[in-house]
Amino acid sequence: MIKAILIFNNHGKPRLSKFYEHYNEDIEQQIIRETFHLVSKRDENVCNFLEGGMLIGGSDYKLIYRHYATLYFVFCVDSSESELGILDLIQVFVETLDKCFENVCELDLIFHVDKVHNILAEMVMGGMVLETNMNEIITQVDAQNKMEKSEVRLTLPVHYFYLSVYQAGQVDTGRYCRSACSCRISCKEHEPPGNAQKHQHW
Amino acid sequence: MALKIVKGSIDRMFDKNLQDLVRGIRNHKEDEAKYISTCIDEIKQELKQDNIAVKANAVCKLTYLQMLGYDVSWAAFNIVEVMSSSKFTYKRIGYLAASQCFHESTDVIMLTTNQIRKDLSSPNQYDTGVALTGLSCFVTPDLARDLANDIMTLMSHTKPYIRKKAVLIMYKVFLKYPESLRPAFPRLKEKLEDPDPGVQSAAVNVICELARRNPKNYLSLAPLFFKLMTSSTNNWVLIKIIKLFGALTPLEPRLGKKLIEPLTNLIHSTSAMSLLYECVNTVIAVLISLSSGMPNHSASIQLCVQKLRILIEDSDQNLKYLGLLAMSKILKTHPKSVQSHKDLILQCLDDKDESIRLRALDLLYGMVSKKNLMEIVKKLMLHVDKAEGTTYRDELLTKIIDICSQSNYQYITNFEWYISILVELTRLEGTRHGHLIASQMLDVAIRVKAIRVFAVAQMATLLDNAHLLTGNVQRKGICEVLYAAAWICGEFSEHLDNPTQTLEAMLRPKVATLPGHIQAVYVQNAAKLFATILKSQEGNTDSTAAQETSQLMIDRLPLFVQSANLEVQERASCILQLVKYIQKLQQKDVEIAEEVIALFAGELNPVAPKAQKKVPVPEGLDLDAWINEPPSESESEDEQPRAIFAKEEPKHSRPRHTEVDEKELAKRREARKQEQANNPFYIKSSPSSQKVYQEAPGVEHIPVVQIDLSVPLKVPGLPMSDQYVKLEEERRQKDKAEKKKKEKKKRKEKRSGRGKRHDSGPESEEDITPAHMVDIVTEEMPENALPSDDDDKDPNDPHKALDIDLDNLMEMAGRRPLADSEKLPVRSHRAAEVLKSPAQDGDAESAVSQETKKKSSKEKREKKKDKDRDRKKSKEDKKKKKKKHKSEEKGEDLLGGQEDGPVGQSEETSEVAAQPTSTTAEVSDLDFWLSNAPVPSNTQEAATVAAAEAAPVSELASGTAPDSEPDEPKDTETEETKSSKHKKKKQKKEKEEKEKKKKKKHHHHHHHSDGGGEESVQNGTVEEEEPLPPMSNYCLLAENSYIKMMMEDADQVNDIQGNLQDGSQVVVSVIFENKCDSFLKSMEFNVLDSLNSKLQRPEGSGPHDGLTVPFQLPPGVSNEARFVFTMQSIIMPQKLKGTLTFIVKNEDSSTHEKLDFKLHFTCTSYLITTPCYSDAFAKLLESGDLKCSSVKLEGVVMPFHHLLARICFRHHFSVVERIDSCASMYSRSIQDHHVCLLVKTSGQTVSIDAKCDEPTLLGNVLDEIKQTFSQC
Repeated sequence: MIKAILIFNNHGKPRLSKFYEHYNEDIEQQIIRETFHLVSKRDENVCNFLEGGMLIGGSDYKLIYRHYATLYFVFCVDSSESELGILDLIQVFVETLDKCFENVCELDLIFHVDKVHNILAEMVMGGMVLETNMNEIITQVDAQNKMEKSEVRLTLPVHYFYLSVYQAGQVDTGRYCRSACSCRISCKEHEPPGNAQKHQHW
Repeated sequence: MALKIVKGSIDRMFDKNLQDLVRGIRNHKEDEAKYISTCIDEIKQELKQDNIAVKANAVCKLTYLQMLGYDVSWAAFNIVEVMSSSKFTYKRIGYLAASQCFHESTDVIMLTTNQIRKDLSSPNQYDTGVALTGLSCFVTPDLARDLANDIMTLMSHTKPYIRKKAVLIMYKVFLKYPESLRPAFPRLKEKLEDPDPGVQSAAVNVICELARRNPKNYLSLAPLFFKLMTSSTNNWVLIKIIKLFGALTPLEPRLGKKLIEPLTNLIHSTSAMSLLYECVNTVIAVLISLSSGMPNHSASIQLCVQKLRILIEDSDQNLKYLGLLAMSKILKTHPKSVQSHKDLILQCLDDKDESIRLRALDLLYGMVSKKNLMEIVKKLMLHVDKAEGTTYRDELLTKIIDICSQSNYQYITNFEWYISILVELTRLEGTRHGHLIASQMLDVAIRVKAIRVFAVAQMATLLDNAHLLTGNVQRKGICEVLYAAAWICGEFSEHLDNPTQTLEAMLRPKVATLPGHIQAVYVQNAAKLFATILKSQEGNTDSTAAQETSQLMIDRLPLFVQSANLEVQERASCILQLVKYIQKLQQKDVEIAEEVIALFAGELNPVAPKAQKKVPVPEGLDLDAWINEPPSESESEDEQPRAIFAKEEPKHSRPRHTEVDEKELAKRREARKQEQANNPFYIKSSPSSQKVYQEAPGVEHIPVVQIDLSVPLKVPGLPMSDQYVKLEEERRQKDKAEKKKKEKKKRKEKRSGRGKRHDSGPESEEDITPAHMVDIVTEEMPENALPSDDDDKDPNDPHKALDIDLDNLMEMAGRRPLADSEKLPVRSHRAAEVLKSPAQDGDAESAVSQETKKKSSKEKREKKKDKDRDRKKSKEDKKKKKKKHKSEEKGEDLLGGQEDGPVGQSEETSEVAAQPTSTTAEVSDLDFWLSNAPVPSNTQEAATVAAAEAAPVSELASGTAPDSEPDEPKDTETEETKSSKHKKKKQKKEKEEKEKKKKKKHHHHHHHSDGGGEESVQNGTVEEEEPLPPMSNYCLLAENSYIKMMMEDADQVNDIQGNLQDGSQVVVSVIFENKCDSFLKSMEFNVLDSLNSKLQRPEGSGPHDGLTVPFQLPPGVSNEARFVFTMQSIIMPQKLKGTLTFIVKNEDSSTHEKLDFKLHFTCTSYLITTPCYSDAFAKLLESGDLKCSSVKLEGVVMPFHHLLARICFRHHFSVVERIDSCASMYSRSIQDHHVCLLVKTSGQTVSIDAKCDEPTLLGNVLDEIKQTFSQC
């Protein structure tokens, strides 16, 4: 079982938090802080597994994380999950984000956390891995987005206005994105191609 | 109205959406909280509007704020509103918000039941999907109960997208509503073979999670998983299955044997590291579960260790980490194989990655021996010096202590060395583990008598240099060591060289800066020291020295009398007065040393930590009973007497009362102490117990002088542990030399006396003698202590409720069907009513409480039922036992009068028997699957395999718990056990045989014909509780005065795997029993081959040569051999004539004898019980490839499920589906013919419609079924 999925940046700012077990909001924040503290002090070239989160888990639980440029992707899992499998799942997740957002960067996650949630929901459900095939995930996400769009078009003309504001917002983020090129988190920049291949455990 | 709408939409244009909110927060970095609070106000306004789009936008923003840590539960109702929007866009926003912030105590969840149900059945698959995803996060017991049925339906949805989500969410439903597991399980199992890989993977996922917590209930699924494992290519699924097998193997060692080979293959073939790693992990689990010593397994271990070494040597830190992790699992059972990689592991200790170093440390624990302990610890000490982070250093420290103290200091040869290591460890800066070191010092000093002199000297030096330990604030943790030092010096003060100096050191003013509990020990032990000094000085003529000591005490103790710590104060003032009195006596020249010493006389023995728990409660003592009448309420008016009985301190009570309380408490404490002192079982608070010291209040306020130390700390005058390593080596060398000398001497003597003696081998573990005779005092335990403490499981574990036996749920008829109460609740109007009045909170709440009440009462009922069921079961068992006795008696009767005519088995017996038969079938299926080795190429092997495995199988089937029974490795089985097993078997067989013989007289021959009757008879005769082990399905083949042959129903022992590869083989097991008093040997088994069926003979022999039976039979012994036949066509029953030739050997003569027999292969025996799922079955029927045929049975007077059970058992069918008095059944032949039956019953008529792709086969099978039922 996956107990929690956290994404935060190099400063510990949460970009996405998904807990598959209920915690109080304060405790959730504590967990994020603690996890950030544990993960951020580790070197780049050490292993991606970590034991010893006090608040979340216990002896049976592990933190499995990957660091992409400015973002940490952390999965808290118990012993029924394969460590290397989860590492690959993180990779799939990031690659899916990359496809859905077209060259994803941290700002995409900042402004569209709801979309990230929707993508994640197609991969992991209630703490269990639902789908690992990237194409399948993207198909389902796209189909749902298409439905959403068709619904927006059907509603009152006022919504066009709303939509244009929404799109303006996106253009805006795009500008941010270009200005902050270093934020790109696609794995290709993080590692040389050969290296990325290596992490592909199957 | 129109105006309002227009106004609303204009307003909305200026509403912030999520992006605006995020941007706003980013622009208000300084006053983020203030900005957000204004945003929340806006959101509250938006939520008040009627427009759902506005609401959804607001909820979307709230979801973001929730992530930032803001409580948004106040908007729960609005979230529900958005969830119930008809638009997917808003619905999704609503469900996302709900999944982020709803939980079990969110009360509006009750309102969602109907909405969710509606969404689940929505024609739009994404509505359903979103609802399922949301539900998976916030499902409550109530929701689970109400929606379980709907979700169950979705498990068979046409869209795989919905199916996989529905399957996955079932796990959450099971957790919240365990009653749903039994009804849902068959369908879940069906999904394991879903055509969609995603659904299959989800089902595997769920079952793996279930099985991880309660593995024993899922053992029967092992064959199915095995099939999946060998067929699946999805690595995710494979990993899950392999992990699951890892959990199952400890319960069933035979499973492990079966797994080793495919897993090893996978290890060799896979390129996916994750899969490789999990395979290695499971192989390790298998090896752990198997008893060691099997020769072929050492190869597996080697393979694992080798692969792990490759992982550890990999440059990828992740693989390195996992390799070490898995290695530590091997270490527990096969330390030797890991020890050979010591170099690698020591190397990992130097790794820059802390996780890896920690793993390597774990491994080190198992690698120490007497020989290398010092060396390894020396290396660790180096690491301690180098380590930068305190956590890692602390870890190192605990590991050093763990390694040294493991299994009662087994590996320590020189305790002086150990003490000096401990002393060296005290120099660590900022460690948290001062108390750990302290307790080790105490433990060693108390339990190893020989070390006390040395320890005391060391501790005295420590005390002398206490300022080095206490100087730095950072080093507060380590001053715990002084506690131990002071106590050791005081308790064993007779060993001190210079007690006066130590006493002086203990009474320094600086001591007052130590924590209270340490000061208290100081004061108390100063008194002990004082007593010792007095004693040593009293002999002297000069009494001034003694008086000086007293004066020292009197001078210094007042400091402690003023201590803020009560304990210190109390002890100090007491001792001060005592010393003053002593001084007075000294001045009068009275000898008082003896009396003072007597204060501290008596040896302290270590007590086992569990001793208290193990004291048995004396008979007649009820610890829960009130000693006095419980105080009545009226007794106290303004004070609450309960506060005293409750554990928590009454903090709020006024000081006026506390004084009274204090006195009271003091009195009680006094009384308790008195009582404890008199109670021999009470563990006096000896410092050796590892208690957690409490920081004295106010220690922080004591001013501490800081000493700045630029040079590394080194306590002067302490020996370095390193020198011991050298010394030890020298000592060993010397020992060796001496030994050699002695041996030489001996040899010389011997040579002169007896002559040659063997050379002494290389130095082994045992040769290393401890430096000094170590007398490790064992810990005391109370007399008649209770054996073995039971580990208590967490009673709150939600998985406990899921420990449900699922075996008898499989699709076979006649099993315990689902009771009405177990069926899932179908939609009711109750929830709808609640939804109708969402505004009336009061109503809703009362509905909630009612429901919970209902639920709890229902649960109670359930429990009761379970109990009843159990009771019934045990009753049934008893009944069965009784019957067994009866029929045993009958058996004896039969023995007496064999010719007495038919002894009909009563109808009753057979009826009772039929049902348990089918219940065991599943178990026995598993047994067959487990016990069958791949078809051996030569029959000799087959025979031994059969013989070796027969015993465990029958034992298992007869009710012994599979996990409790050690499986004997067949390869190493000795001749004795084999023969004894045969004897056992023989006895059983004999009994059965007698019954059967009897029967033979009535139902002439044809081993199928005596179906039901035979079953019941066997049922009666088998010794154990569980009826009918499958192996007993033998029928008489032929017999004469010398030998009896029994053939087993051919297909039953057939190896399914073998058949899949080669669909034309049938294995026949034949039991040979020697009935005469002579020795039977040179048995040859020969069959006249027909065109269709041939006996498989070893290569090179002619078509008419007999097969030599691979054993001889002493008188009264039976043994089993297996023969493999090759069949061309299986559509017709076959009869083969055969002869057995053998030599009967007496003391004086030997004669050649022969016995003719007829082997009968029915068509049924070509069928294999194969489970089939309803959808696959339907597809099969639709395909139109099958030919139809039918048969009618008249006058069948048995319950329908008995009938089905009989068909299942006798003809190897499995039930696909059963509806009332109609059932579909399926079986498959070894050549992959599908046989489908539709059995209907009305009154006494049973009609069977059958379909098969081979009409001849079908006709024959139906004939055989007809025959079976015509017999009863």
